[in-house]
Amino acid sequence: MSDLFQTETQIRLMVNGQKVKARVRVGQHLTDFLRQELGLTGSHAGCEHGVCGACTLRVNGEITRGCLMLAAQADGAEVETIEGLTERGVIADLQQAFVHRNALQCGFCTPGMLATAADLLARGGVPGREVIRDHLSGNYCRCTGYEAIIDAVETVARARAEALK
Amino acid sequence: MTIDFGNPNRPNSYIGRTVPRPNAPRLVQGRGRYVDDITLPRMLHLAFVRSPWGHAKITAIDTTEAAACDGVRAIFTGQDLLPHCTPWVAVLAHLKGLKSAPQHALALDRTCWVGEPVVAVVADSRAEAEAAAALVNIDYDELPVVTQIRTALDPETPVIHPDLGDNLAFRREHVQGDVEAAFASAHKVISASFKTGRHTGVTLEPRGCLADWNPAEGKLTVWQGTQAPHMIQTVLATHLGLEESRVRVICDDVGGSFGIKVHVYPDEVATAAIAKVLGRPVKFIADRLESFISDIHARDHEIDGRIAVDENGKILAFDIDDWTGIGPYSVYPRTSAIEGNQVVNLCGGPYDFANYRARTSVVLQNKAPTCQYRAVGHPIATAVTEGLVDLAAEALNMDPAEIRRRNFFRDDAYPATSPANMRFEGLSHQATMDKLLEMMDYEALRRDQAAAREKGIWRGIGLASFIELTNPSPFMYGIGGARISAQDGATVRMDPDGSVVVLSGVTEQGQGTEAMLSQVVAEGVGVRPDQVRVITGDTQVTPYGGGTWASRGAGIGGEAALQAALALKGAILEVAGAMLQCAPESLSINDGQIVDLESGAGRMPLSELGRVVYFRGDTLPKGLPRELVQTRHFITMEYPFAFTNGAQASYVEVDRETGFVKLLKHWCVEDCGRVINPQLVDEQIRGGIVQGLGGALYEECLYDEHGQMLNGSMADYLVPMAVEMPDMQIAHVETPTAESLLGAKGAGEAGTAGAPAAVMNAINDAIRPSGGRILQMPMTPERILRAMGTLSD
Repeated sequence: MSDLFQTETQIRLMVNGQKVKARVRVGQHLTDFLRQELGLTGSHAGCEHGVCGACTLRVNGEITRGCLMLAAQADGAEVETIEGLTERGVIADLQQAFVHRNALQCGFCTPGMLATAADLLARGGVPGREVIRDHLSGNYCRCTGYEAIIDAVETVARARAEALK
Repeated sequence: MTIDFGNPNRPNSYIGRTVPRPNAPRLVQGRGRYVDDITLPRMLHLAFVRSPWGHAKITAIDTTEAAACDGVRAIFTGQDLLPHCTPWVAVLAHLKGLKSAPQHALALDRTCWVGEPVVAVVADSRAEAEAAAALVNIDYDELPVVTQIRTALDPETPVIHPDLGDNLAFRREHVQGDVEAAFASAHKVISASFKTGRHTGVTLEPRGCLADWNPAEGKLTVWQGTQAPHMIQTVLATHLGLEESRVRVICDDVGGSFGIKVHVYPDEVATAAIAKVLGRPVKFIADRLESFISDIHARDHEIDGRIAVDENGKILAFDIDDWTGIGPYSVYPRTSAIEGNQVVNLCGGPYDFANYRARTSVVLQNKAPTCQYRAVGHPIATAVTEGLVDLAAEALNMDPAEIRRRNFFRDDAYPATSPANMRFEGLSHQATMDKLLEMMDYEALRRDQAAAREKGIWRGIGLASFIELTNPSPFMYGIGGARISAQDGATVRMDPDGSVVVLSGVTEQGQGTEAMLSQVVAEGVGVRPDQVRVITGDTQVTPYGGGTWASRGAGIGGEAALQAALALKGAILEVAGAMLQCAPESLSINDGQIVDLESGAGRMPLSELGRVVYFRGDTLPKGLPRELVQTRHFITMEYPFAFTNGAQASYVEVDRETGFVKLLKHWCVEDCGRVINPQLVDEQIRGGIVQGLGGALYEECLYDEHGQMLNGSMADYLVPMAVEMPDMQIAHVETPTAESLLGAKGAGEAGTAGAPAAVMNAINDAIRPSGGRILQMPMTPERILRAMGTLSD
C-alpha cells in the first residue's frame, strides 16, 4: 500500500458498554475488528457483502451490518454485539424462546437473527407473522426453514404484550 | 434387552420425547466455536489465487511482487506443493467404468474450472494474504471449454482430460422386465423432458480449516468444519504421507453442512500440506465469493422420461434417460457418479410396477465440480417420477391422489424389492398418503382452488410421494474401496458424581445430534438427559465412525449409543448388586438412582456408587467387574439401506401477470421409523423442505459459454428468505426398522427429497388453464410465463 495514503487510524468507541481504544487498518470492517481484535466471535461473517445478515449488530441502537461498516467509521459510536445483549439480559426471553422452539440449528445465523428480531420486538405490540417474516428477510437461515424462528418471535411478542397488561 | 416403546409412562422415557438441545443455549449467546473463531499462537492465514478461466494452460507464474508485500510469509504454486502432497483420483470400484483424472491440491499446469485453486499465499493476516494474492501474475493460454451436457460426448467436443479418452465419467443402465413391450401395449404413453438447475449448498458458515503441524510430536492437528472427521483423517494421512494415527481431526461447531462439508477440497488439503511445510498453524476460511465457485455444486441434470399406463391408471413402465454434468473431476473420495446412480436407483420408487429402464450418463465439463448435496439424487428422481405420474393422471383425467393410490406398494406387501432392485424392509405409502390428504383436507382445498379459479385466481395443489435412502451399509462406499465408515461407535461412561458422558463418532452439524445422543443414553442408562454430556467430532477421542451423511446419525450412531448405554447400565447394576447384597436383575436405574425393579423404591444414588467404585474400591469384592465405561459399535447387516418414505403437498398461487409463485402452505407426512425427538425431526423436515423449495424456485448456478459463473454472490444467487416461505404442517407414520433396537431411520433429507416435486406439480396444476406446463427448475417467474405462453420472445 502506498505511503501517500493513510493505511491506519486510531478509533475510540464503546463496545458492549466498555471503552475501547484501538489502532485499525482503514480497510478493516467492523465485524473483522470485533472478531479479530476484541475476540467477540459471536458476530459471524457469512458473506461480507451485506446480504446474509449473519453479522447484524447494534450501532448507536440501530441494527447494522457489521460487514458493511468500516471499523474506522465506528469511531465515537456505541456498538453492541450478541455478547453485550446477552450480558445485559435484554433478550433473555427471546434467546430462551429460540432454544425452546428450536429456532436455530447450526447457530451461525442466530446472533444476527436475534439482533434483527429484537429490533422488531422493541417496537412493541404483536406483529403479524407476515410482518415478522418480512422484517427477518434480511437475515438468511439455511437450516430451519424459518417457521420455528417466526414462531419464537411471535411467542415473545405475545408474552411481552401480555406482561404489559 | 428390550424397551417398551409403546408405553410412554415407562421409566426414563426420553426416546420419543422432545428434549432440549444441550448445545443450543451456547449458540444463542454467541458462544459457538466455529473454525474461524479459533486462534492459535503464530497462526498464519491463507488466500488462494483461483483460476479466472474455465479451461486454460498455465504458462507462467510470477510471484515476485506478491512476495514483497507486507506480512507475506510464503507463496506456493502447484509445483511447490507437489513434493508434499500426492494427487487423488476419485473412483469407486463398484461403480463400474467410473473414471476421473488425477487432481492436485493446487493446479499444476492447467486449470479446469473457474475457481480452481492455483497459487496459495500465506500471510500474517487474511487481509494481507488477499492483498498479495491480487499481485500474483499468472499467464494463461485459454483452452476450449466444455459447458453443455448433451453435447459433451460429441466427436467435435474437446476432451477435457485427453488421457481419459472421452468426457464420459460414468454410465449405467438398469433394465428390468420388458420395457418396449410395455410401452407398445400401453393405453397411454406420456413423454416429458425435465431439467433441474445446478445449485449449491450456501452453508452460512463458509468452508474452512485450521491445520497445525507439530514437528516435535510428528503430529498434524486439523480443526475443520466437516461431517466426517475420520474420513478427513484418512485422506490427509494418505496424501500428506503420514500415518493415520499421526493425524487428529477436530470438529467443533459447524455452521451448516448439507453435504457441502463431507467432501475433500483441494484448498483444504493444500492448507494442511502448507502447515506441514511451514511448521506453523495455517488457517483457511473461504469467503463467500470463493465459496460459490469452489464449494461443490449439485443437481445439474437433464432427463428424458416416459411413463406407460393402462386404462385404469396402473403404471406399466418407466423409461428414464438421465444426463448430468459434474465438472472436470469426480470429487474425492465419494465420487460424483453417486447422484446419477441414485436417479437410476430411485425413479418410480413408491410404485409397484414391472418394467423399468433407467440410464444415467455422467459427463465432464468445465464448471465447478458437483457432488453429493442433501438428499443426493432424490429431488431429481422424485420430480421426474411424480411429474410423469401427474402427467399420466392428466392424460387419464384421473385425480392425482387416486392414480398414486392405485400404484403404491401396499403397506402389507413388505419386504419388497423394487424394479430398480432396491430392497424395502417396511414402508407406508398408503397410510402416509391417507394421512396427508386428511391433514391438508384435500377435498376442501380442491373446492377452494375451484372457487379461486372462478375469480380468475390460479391456485394449484401438488402431491409428491417419495422414498429416501438412509442408514447406509458399506454397500454405499466401503464396497467400492473407500475408507468411509458405515459403522459407528459410542463409548458411554459413568463418572464419580453419577453423571454420564457419551463419546460418539457421529457429528453435530446443527441437526440436533447431541440432543439425540443425550436422550438415547439417558434412557439407556436411566439418568436425565441433562446428566449426559456429549462429546463428538474428535478423532483422537471418539470411537471410530462415519460421521453425518446419508441420514445415518440417529439410526446408526444412535443405536451404537443405546447399546453402549444399556451395557453401562448392566455394569452399574452388577456393582450395585454387590453393594446392596442382591441380584443385579432385581435392580434398575431410574432418574439417576438405583431402584428396586419391582417396587421402584430408591436404594442408592449413582453418585454413591461412583464414590465407592472410584475411591473405595477396596470395599468391593475382589474380582468384581467395575468398568463403568462401555463401548459398542453398530452396523446394519440385513439391508443395504434403510429406506424411508413420505408424501408432501404444496398449495400455491401463481400470479398470471408476473409469473410469481406464492407458497400458500406445505404439508409433509414422513415415516422415518422410530421418532426419537419429535421437535428435532419436524424441524429437520421443515428445513429440508425449504432447501428443496430453494432449488425448485430460486437457486441456480448460472454459467456462460466460457464457463464463467455469472451469479456467484449472495446478492445474485437467490436463496429462500423468510417472507417467501410458507408455514409447513408435519406429521408422521412410524414403521421402525427391525435392524436395531432403536428402530430409527433417517429424517434429515426427506424434506428436500419431496418438496421440489410437490411444488412443481402444484404450479402445473395452477397454470393448467393456460395449457402449458413447466418441468424445468428453478421455476422462475420468467420460465413460468414462458410455460404459460405469456412470454414467447
